[in-house]
Amino acid sequence: MSDISVSTNGAPRSTGAKGDVVLEVKDLNVSFPTDDGLVHAVRGVTYDLRRGQSLGIVGESGSGKSVTSMAIMGLLPKTAQITGSAKLEGEELLGLRDVELSRIRGKKISMIFQDPLTSLNPVYTVGFQLSEAIRVHYPDVNKAEARQRCIDLLDSVGIPNPQQRVDAYPHELSGGMRQRVVIAIAMANNPDVIIADEPTTALDVTVQAQVLEALEKAREEVNAALILITHDLGVIAGHTDEVLVMYAGRPVEQGSVDEIFYEPRMPYTLGLIGSLPRMDEDRGHRLTPVHGTPPSMLNMPSGCPFRPRCPMHQDICAEVEPPLMPVSGTGHVSACHFAGDLEGKSPDDVFAPDASDLSVEAEVEAAEIEAAAAAEVESSEEGK
Amino acid sequence: MNAMLDTPQSVTSPVIAGKNLVKEFPVRSKGILRRKVGAVHAVSGVSLEIGANETLALVGESGCGKSTTARVLMNLIPPTSGEVIYEGRDLTKLSRNQMRPVRRDIQLVFQDPMASLDPRMTVFEIIAEPLRVHGMFKNGGRDRVNSLIEIVGLNPEHRNRYPHEFSGGQRQRIGIARALALQPKVLMLDEPVSALDVSIQAGVINLLEDLQDELGLSYLFVSHDLSVVRHIADKVAVMYLGKIVEEGTTDQLFAGPAHPYTQALMSAIPLPDPRKERSRERIVLQGDVPSPSNPPSGCRFRTRCPLFKELGESEQAKCIEIEPPLRSDHAGLTRAACHYAEPKQLV
Repeated sequence: MSDISVSTNGAPRSTGAKGDVVLEVKDLNVSFPTDDGLVHAVRGVTYDLRRGQSLGIVGESGSGKSVTSMAIMGLLPKTAQITGSAKLEGEELLGLRDVELSRIRGKKISMIFQDPLTSLNPVYTVGFQLSEAIRVHYPDVNKAEARQRCIDLLDSVGIPNPQQRVDAYPHELSGGMRQRVVIAIAMANNPDVIIADEPTTALDVTVQAQVLEALEKAREEVNAALILITHDLGVIAGHTDEVLVMYAGRPVEQGSVDEIFYEPRMPYTLGLIGSLPRMDEDRGHRLTPVHGTPPSMLNMPSGCPFRPRCPMHQDICAEVEPPLMPVSGTGHVSACHFAGDLEGKSPDDVFAPDASDLSVEAEVEAAEIEAAAAAEVESSEEGK
Repeated sequence: MNAMLDTPQSVTSPVIAGKNLVKEFPVRSKGILRRKVGAVHAVSGVSLEIGANETLALVGESGCGKSTTARVLMNLIPPTSGEVIYEGRDLTKLSRNQMRPVRRDIQLVFQDPMASLDPRMTVFEIIAEPLRVHGMFKNGGRDRVNSLIEIVGLNPEHRNRYPHEFSGGQRQRIGIARALALQPKVLMLDEPVSALDVSIQAGVINLLEDLQDELGLSYLFVSHDLSVVRHIADKVAVMYLGKIVEEGTTDQLFAGPAHPYTQALMSAIPLPDPRKERSRERIVLQGDVPSPSNPPSGCRFRTRCPLFKELGESEQAKCIEIEPPLRSDHAGLTRAACHYAEPKQLV
């Protein structure tokens, strides 16, 4: 395979040993002021990312999983209120000016978005966009060298005939091919961290497999840490070491991929797993849906945000929002008052698959309305 | 409750059947003349049968013609050739007026519930519309709508709300209620759950299963997701570039897919199980689906086929020259359109 390291300007950038913490996110909070009030999109996300590690962030739409990484990359609109800390190799990223961030983005930390057609510029060739990514950080690389490296990069992400494809425009490539170009751009400067935000959601399954393979290879070649944001638990199971489950803007469970899948200690995680139709399971099995919908980020109810949908909820859940508490000594943490009760439980035990949808739905809805009303009273009191 | 579903397929005649369906969309030149310069072969000779109370899943990647097949099967798009047999009649020969009463029996549920519901109509009006169109509203239509809202698991008190006030899963339930309004016998479900979040998707799948049991519906379930298909379908047909490449009962197909494309598709679906996922055999296809306006000769899958690459020259020539028919005289239980079909256990 081609030589990937950027060594044109003297010695290659030091790549630390495997296992060093490269990205340290602490108590990240993001809120957006809107006409209806403050929307708390992310509340208290904390994680450490080590070199060579891949972290999966999973959650439903609106759970704040994308906003978390946009905040780290400094891509949120100016109105966003961000607190907390995100350190890349000890350097604080939050609060940096755009000029300062531009030196880091694409070089030390890079991002892959969901839709490759919107993240590539339609009026430039892919070769131009790739060499732009290199030359903006290493201005003394000349055009011929940059072009050669583009070809090597395209080759390494599995694009056939890279010599010709380097002069192609994005519209001339298929969806999977475009996404591989985006991956090539992301790995162009040996980044320490690659953030992939739903990289395969817009693609077909057979192409998804190709792209995930290319991503995995890219990560190994540049020894980067990967943050894989997705709602697909199957992708998480196959491509990550650590998993962070988010719900209503909060991390509700974190642990190794095996712990999350085999010993979940938060009813939401268990519900997600139980609601997945599985290809390796016979069809006699009935799915266990999680009833209701995630809460609105405006007027968040007090207590556990999952309470209205949780079949295990008790009085304390309405009052105290459970913090992330250790489940075992291995770093597995979960935010549930009754995490211990979930030991050895299957989704069917907790989520009653046979109850008629309507009755449970009505019950959940009543709980949701009650919670919303309580939150409203609270916020109006605060206003006074 | 699934006992009824698990009984072997009905031996009786199918409710609806498509025979040798072909649909070509013309490609026209630019300019005023707009001459026909080619054709997109969306569906090329597909035959399907759906029995009573049975779910047939049509699986494939985007652009393989599965949605077009569903629409041709309900005569929404006239086929280029082939026939659709429903209650002993060929639907493609019927006039608009003759087709109208038949439309009641065959209804469609779309993928994107937001795009398929009129944002300016209340839920009640949306569900009542098919009844009004067919002149059935005056006769107890109001009660029918209310009971439909309840059947699909929505609160009847919400009947005066608008689509935007509901979540994605609830909207899909409205779409299903509308499709059920005229008491159809066949539902065409075009990717009904792929736009939904997982926790909500499960509720809609359960609802579809319950409705089938209660109302004895036949489903054509169009999907790209084999895990959902395994869960809901009795029979599966896998499509590639406008052709069925493999078909069989769900159990047969998942026990041993024999066509290389089905095998690749199955191995590409990630399993939500880290240990299995690490130890699985993975077949990653190279390249992309060829253009349907100029499909490869012989076997349409040969350009991406991992098996084709391993064959000798004379064997490859067979794939290039002769189009493989669906055949069951191979070691597996399914009918596969491959000269060298060999079943493989993947899950």
